[in-house]
Amino acid sequence: MTSTLFLVQVLNGLQLGVLLFLIAAGLTLVFGVMDFINLAHGVQYMLGAYLAVAFYGAVGNFLIALLLALVAALAFGLLLDFLVFRHLYERDHLDQVIATFGVILFLNHAVRVVWGAAPLTLPVPDFFSGSVALTDGQLYPVWRLVIIASGLAIAAALYALVNFTRIGMLVRAGATNARMVSALGVNIKRLFMIVFGFGTMLAGFAGIMIAPIISVEPGMGDNILILALVVIVIGGIGSIRGAFVAALLIGLVDTLGRSFSIDILRLMMGPSPARMAGPAIASMLIYVLMAIVLYLRPAGLFPAKGRLR
Amino acid sequence: MTNGKPIAVMAALLALSVSAARAEENLKIGLIATLSGPPAVLGQQLRNGFALAVKELHGKLGGRDTEIVVTDDELKPDVAVSKVKALVERDKVDFVVGPVFSNILAAIMKPVTEANVILISPNAGTSSFAGKECNPNFFVTSYQNDQVHEVLGQYAQDSGFKKVIIIVPNYQAGKDAAAGFKHKFSGEVLDEIYVPLGQLDYSAELSRIAAAKPDAIFAFLPGGMGVNFVKQYRQAGLVEKIPFLSAFTVDESTLPAQQDAALGMFGGANWAPNLDNPQNKAFVDAYLKEYNAVPGTYAFQAYDAAMLIDSAVRAVKGNVADRDALRAALMKADFKSLRGAFKFNTNHYPIQNFYLVKVAKRPDGKFETEIEKKVFSNYADPYVKDCAMK
Repeated sequence: MTSTLFLVQVLNGLQLGVLLFLIAAGLTLVFGVMDFINLAHGVQYMLGAYLAVAFYGAVGNFLIALLLALVAALAFGLLLDFLVFRHLYERDHLDQVIATFGVILFLNHAVRVVWGAAPLTLPVPDFFSGSVALTDGQLYPVWRLVIIASGLAIAAALYALVNFTRIGMLVRAGATNARMVSALGVNIKRLFMIVFGFGTMLAGFAGIMIAPIISVEPGMGDNILILALVVIVIGGIGSIRGAFVAALLIGLVDTLGRSFSIDILRLMMGPSPARMAGPAIASMLIYVLMAIVLYLRPAGLFPAKGRLR
Repeated sequence: MTNGKPIAVMAALLALSVSAARAEENLKIGLIATLSGPPAVLGQQLRNGFALAVKELHGKLGGRDTEIVVTDDELKPDVAVSKVKALVERDKVDFVVGPVFSNILAAIMKPVTEANVILISPNAGTSSFAGKECNPNFFVTSYQNDQVHEVLGQYAQDSGFKKVIIIVPNYQAGKDAAAGFKHKFSGEVLDEIYVPLGQLDYSAELSRIAAAKPDAIFAFLPGGMGVNFVKQYRQAGLVEKIPFLSAFTVDESTLPAQQDAALGMFGGANWAPNLDNPQNKAFVDAYLKEYNAVPGTYAFQAYDAAMLIDSAVRAVKGNVADRDALRAALMKADFKSLRGAFKFNTNHYPIQNFYLVKVAKRPDGKFETEIEKKVFSNYADPYVKDCAMK
């Protein structure tokens, strides 16, 4: 009974972790390779979800809506890059933070103007709409399994891309020392654009995949951005591998913490104080984890090799 | 210009025109609601309900031309205070109608009522203003907040549920909701799950609920939280197994997003769109036609607030300056409430019926809550005993 609950919660944790990875992967690359802090990354996640809802309303097919939304998210990301972000690459981090925060405010409101303040919804594709019985009474939605599977597949593909292809080599080199890569004759602007577009698309993909589970509403990217920042700090900036491990770690710690903190505290104190303290401690756990990791390994778990600064 | 006559004539004319303007001066009503941020949907329903009533009365409340000043409290108490001060001092309104949220109500109570302006709340109804801090200038057309939770507690009790799990956000209103439910439910509460305000993904909590196998759950997860929880509750296959009792979690403001996922789930209310009386039928039809959406309690309570003002202003023949007479006229509540039977208790909170409501699909494809059964008749809140007004 308790062991099956534990197993289910591990699955839940994996699902959150995979989602975080999709967002953090782009964030860590953009930060690592381009040395650009893009707080508006969470907005791309929100836009992915909104675009999927809009295209689903137009074509009525999830797969087509997903592809169209991905393309549109990419196009929009590149447009933002062209209009705003490109002018910030050479500026210092504070300017980048302020400007991209402004983009968040602007787009959150723009989304409200276009689609309204009411939460929108995207149905689960019929084919995956059921749930599987893990044990007695514990049904697990198939769609969450699809999220886990697609996230792991993308992680594997990214691993291959970064480690075994020429563009991956350039990305790794860029994460270590972008200026040197540029000096060696690589078109760094083109590399930046590819990295940025790719990161944007991954965040959009995360938004599309989660849309059938949570409501699509203005500002939905803000909370997830904070978690994604925690992930890249723990994982080591610029490291895909670090982002992957840290995302799963955060997903598991957060989910298991929320689920079992009260039960564990009950062993130490009465049920009533445990009930009050449990949720508070559970919501702190990931930040405690971040503090511990930073204390032991200030550059994160898997810092990009030879990274300066 | 040695002759003083023209000046005297002009002065006389001016005096005339001024007094004429005073006689035709509009009745001014300030409407304050949350119209930005995620909860804007609620404020919009409130505003629309009020505007619909004014429109049906051809822009005249109590026979006087009416001007409505709409403001957004942004769900920030400090912003709300400065905005109602502007309503009271600059716009010189006679009534303030609003707000949606209880914390805003607490903030605007003093600035409005101390200026001897009538405050009518079409939604928020805290226990404090029902009891010790009740106020002669304050009227409520909704309910006392606890009552909605009590409806579900009573229903759980009547249904013979033995074990229940409560899930609420970890803040004051969440704790009040759990307390209100437990007030009427004497069975075992297996677990009280407190989630952070604004949580989006409930996978961990749902797995816990499924493992604990309660007879029912009680959820108070307003707005976007409820949209997510309901969808995920359905996806986890729990709807058929564990009855879903809730307050402010499935209503006409969230149903457009929840849709089929919320079918068959229960809520508590003092009214529903299908409540059977002629004035309500006309209201729902008119609202649908005007805004292409099903009205929720926020809209109906604001509509009632406008009708209440209309009845009172009519009773005092437009002379709202006589506040004693105006208050007495308001207290009579001489209007046809959309909920049917309605009267004010001595604390200016309503005495009314409460129903268990259930989510259903309308013939036009939209979703609404429908009355399942009456749970309380002519129900008054218990705080009235602490109120000094008689």
